[in-house]
Amino acid sequence: MQLSREQLLDAYRRMRLIREFEDTVHAEFEAGNIPGFVHLYAGEEACAVGFCLHLDDRDRIASTHRGHGHCIAKGCDVEGMMLEIFGKAGGLCGGKGGSMHIADLEKGMMGANGIVGGGPPLVCGAALAAKTLGTGGVAIAFVGDGGSNQGTTLESYNLARVWNLPAIFVIEDNGYAESTSSRWACAGSQVGRAQGFGMPGVEVDGFDFFAVWEAAREAIERARAGDGPSLVHVRFMRYYGHFEGDAQTYRAPDEVARLKAERDPLMLFRRRVSEAGLLEETQLDEIDGECRARVATALERAKAAPWPGEDELVTDVYASY
Amino acid sequence: MAKKTYRQAINEALRQEMERDPRVVLMGEDVAGGMGSPGEDDAWGGPLGVTKGLMPIFGRERVLDTPISESAFIGAAVGAAASGLRPVAELMFVDFMGVCFDQIFNQGAKLRYMFGGKAKVPMVIRTMYGAGFRAASQHSQCLYSLFTHIPGLKVALPSNAYEAKGLLIQAIRDDDPVIFFEHKAMYDDEAEVPDEPYAIPFGEANVAREGDDVAIIALGRMVNLALEAAGQLEGEGISCAVVDPRTTSPLDTETLLEVVEECGRVVIVDEAHPRCSMARDIAAVIAEEAFDALEAPVRTVTAPHAPVPFSPALEDAYIPSTEKIAAAVRAVAGHPGG
Amino acid sequence: MATITPVVMPKWGLAMQEGTVVGWHAAPGARVEKGQDLLDIETSKIANLLEAPASGRLRRVLAREGETLPVGALLAVIAEENVSEEEIDRFVEAFEAQRAREAPAAEKAVEPVVVEAGRWRFRLLEAGPGDAPPVLFLHGFGGDLSNWSLIQAALAPRWRTLAPDLPGHGGSSKALERGDLAELADALEALIHGLGLDRLHLVGHSLGGALAVELAVRDPERVLSLALLAPAGFGPDIAGSYIEGFLRERRPRKLRPVLEMLVADATLVGREMVEEVLRFKRLDGALEALTRIAARLHEGDRQRHAVRERFLALPMPRLVIWGAEDRILPSGHLEGLAPAVEILRLEDCGHLPQIERPEQVCAALERLFREAR
Repeated sequence: MQLSREQLLDAYRRMRLIREFEDTVHAEFEAGNIPGFVHLYAGEEACAVGFCLHLDDRDRIASTHRGHGHCIAKGCDVEGMMLEIFGKAGGLCGGKGGSMHIADLEKGMMGANGIVGGGPPLVCGAALAAKTLGTGGVAIAFVGDGGSNQGTTLESYNLARVWNLPAIFVIEDNGYAESTSSRWACAGSQVGRAQGFGMPGVEVDGFDFFAVWEAAREAIERARAGDGPSLVHVRFMRYYGHFEGDAQTYRAPDEVARLKAERDPLMLFRRRVSEAGLLEETQLDEIDGECRARVATALERAKAAPWPGEDELVTDVYASY
Repeated sequence: MAKKTYRQAINEALRQEMERDPRVVLMGEDVAGGMGSPGEDDAWGGPLGVTKGLMPIFGRERVLDTPISESAFIGAAVGAAASGLRPVAELMFVDFMGVCFDQIFNQGAKLRYMFGGKAKVPMVIRTMYGAGFRAASQHSQCLYSLFTHIPGLKVALPSNAYEAKGLLIQAIRDDDPVIFFEHKAMYDDEAEVPDEPYAIPFGEANVAREGDDVAIIALGRMVNLALEAAGQLEGEGISCAVVDPRTTSPLDTETLLEVVEECGRVVIVDEAHPRCSMARDIAAVIAEEAFDALEAPVRTVTAPHAPVPFSPALEDAYIPSTEKIAAAVRAVAGHPGG
Repeated sequence: MATITPVVMPKWGLAMQEGTVVGWHAAPGARVEKGQDLLDIETSKIANLLEAPASGRLRRVLAREGETLPVGALLAVIAEENVSEEEIDRFVEAFEAQRAREAPAAEKAVEPVVVEAGRWRFRLLEAGPGDAPPVLFLHGFGGDLSNWSLIQAALAPRWRTLAPDLPGHGGSSKALERGDLAELADALEALIHGLGLDRLHLVGHSLGGALAVELAVRDPERVLSLALLAPAGFGPDIAGSYIEGFLRERRPRKLRPVLEMLVADATLVGREMVEEVLRFKRLDGALEALTRIAARLHEGDRQRHAVRERFLALPMPRLVIWGAEDRILPSGHLEGLAPAVEILRLEDCGHLPQIERPEQVCAALERLFREAR
């Protein structure tokens, strides 16, 4: 299946935006400017974008604690995100959620989640709503390899199958659940588990945008056609630690350097589209510059913005009380 | 006006709201029953028949049986509520909250706040509570204080059939997550219940009986025991007001304090365990805000700090009784004035 | 033969099945005179005083404060001092035995029914012989058919009494487009036609009075007589604060003083009555309907309906009754109606003559009905 030039440009732009964003947040965190915890998505861009490129505003996604990439891929406002991560007024969640709960329901982004395995049941619900209301939408749960072992995730597979929901479970296996290897922690196989619940499952190389995009297309089309849920096991690795500040001593010393040199998804994408003569290097360089500038502006604004007022403490606890 | 049971009143509330709003859906274990089984469809209508008759009317698209997967389907109720449906999920026994509490207190309760007001979770979780069925420790608890503790949740405790229909209709129409507590021993209790739909606002306590010597604040089923005790005490010359908060979150402290200030003496009746209970919560509010009006210490009548026992003799001793309530009132009434 | 007089739970109104003893005005053993206040009784509709049916000593008090007992139950026994305890015991035993025997044949209460008429649904209480002349009772703003229960109980033996809940009220349909007299009259006309009432007496209270005038004006041939109790539309004044308070208040303590404006004797407003009004207001659509009607009924302390002139021009026998202490619609609006129309001004009576002075109201109504035949 071919992507159009517009789609290719769109894909690259989203991935580059994520990369710039995460690298910037990494630097800012190191400089001591960001409160709380952040969990960065650099290296994993192909997955979020490979799936979200197929989606529109009626579709919903739920993410993990590592949610910036999904947020950007789903079209959330980058400046709003930066403000939110800095905890400033005007953030995507008014400064009330921060990195771990970053969300925009208007864009169908049901939030990063501070609870491992929190997403899949929510996605079953969103899929149920789409099915009941006849919107034609699908719902995607991005789950980590760690989250794949939570009871909530497995129960959600079962529920999605027996209720025949338009849901997709994407296991983002980046090799480690915190410091623990996914190979050790996950019994059996992700695809085998899906099949155990009567769902189709495939495994893809998460560094390869096109492989992800293709697997995503099939799963999403299946869901939209009313043929129920599926699972996609995406294998890749994260560049940064589980959280910012993680010494990552559990990794091989040159692991990340090798990944960046050999498996970087943006590099592989560029190589592929250039070789196929689909896009010019200069176009891609331009996008690089645009994204860099956008993120820089967002950062500037976030640093300058005020804190939320103290009266915000007790707003939006309820719709009415 | 027709007399209906607590069970009928709840069923009617669900049916009328489902008729009015196609976004209202029910989900839970055996809420219809018989799913995939060879025998009768709608075999159960819930473990105590509360939702019977709804699936034949609304179909399995709107009355969804679930596998035994609370964390999945309670979480799905949250996600569905945030995505345009108005689900009424059933947590069969509140004692089961352990397997899905994250979905309730970390997801459902907090989405609106964490997302800066951009999410809405108009979900109701109906759940059974209370002792008296000899169902023992894991099927008899009154855990409403745990939910009341969580900002973002609302908690309703209807004390009779009239209250049940009105509070459930309000819960379904409310845009916040509501935990709706049904006392399992009350399902056959009758009251006059209008045929038409009506909503009782949250955060408005009901002064079920007027009196000026001692205020009895009671929760859920205990309201009825308090009324019985008050009738008895009237004959002894002690005039009791009985107040039913109706909802513990929001809590109508204004009315509670008003009645306490008029009486100067108060007894709080709560079937739950005493530590970190609603009884202690309300007592603290009174101590902090009505201290000068008090003529006696605040008394609470609760279960003991123990799991619910199985043996009928033990369970009967466990639950607050009319006699215990009356004794507490006499003690408080007899306390020398402050 | 010693006289022993039982004090029993009275039947006030057709629907009353039981009453609650609120308080005694005499202690056991006290001397009572016939007609003196003996005990306060409350039902869901009314709180009232029961008078001692005879003179003597209050020898037994069998009903406790707070106790709810069925109509006809023995509450107390009055007898002179010279009657022995044993005789009283035997009397009580015999009385209870008799009641137990009669219980299966106990009077079945007349229940309201639901009637569809055009696009409206009415709750209607009918009592009386089907071949007697029909009398249609129209209650006022915020009321319901039970406002007439004392009147219906008294007149039902001789007249075919019919009391509906007006649209927006009681158990009738709540959806109203405008809430004006025309719309209410359209609905009532549909009911009258639906019931096949070719000729009828009309009795209207307050807003129901203005409505009755509207109906009579539309079809004077059909209306045998027109009786109005404190009708709206007969002058400029109305206590706007009553309407506003009725609509606004959701708590019993705040609503009670509003309802007390309706009557000369505030003790008539019992707890249950207040609770009933609150429960009615919670019904879906009730508040919207009442708000619409109120907007057409008044603006502040000025009435918006005006039916006085059209009323005076009507041909059928007419009667207007008003309580001298009416704080909602002033009895001054009676001025100038006589002698063209018969009027009756009741002392010690507020806005609810049909509840405060039912005997006088009934007597006047029956005189009117007979005159109209």
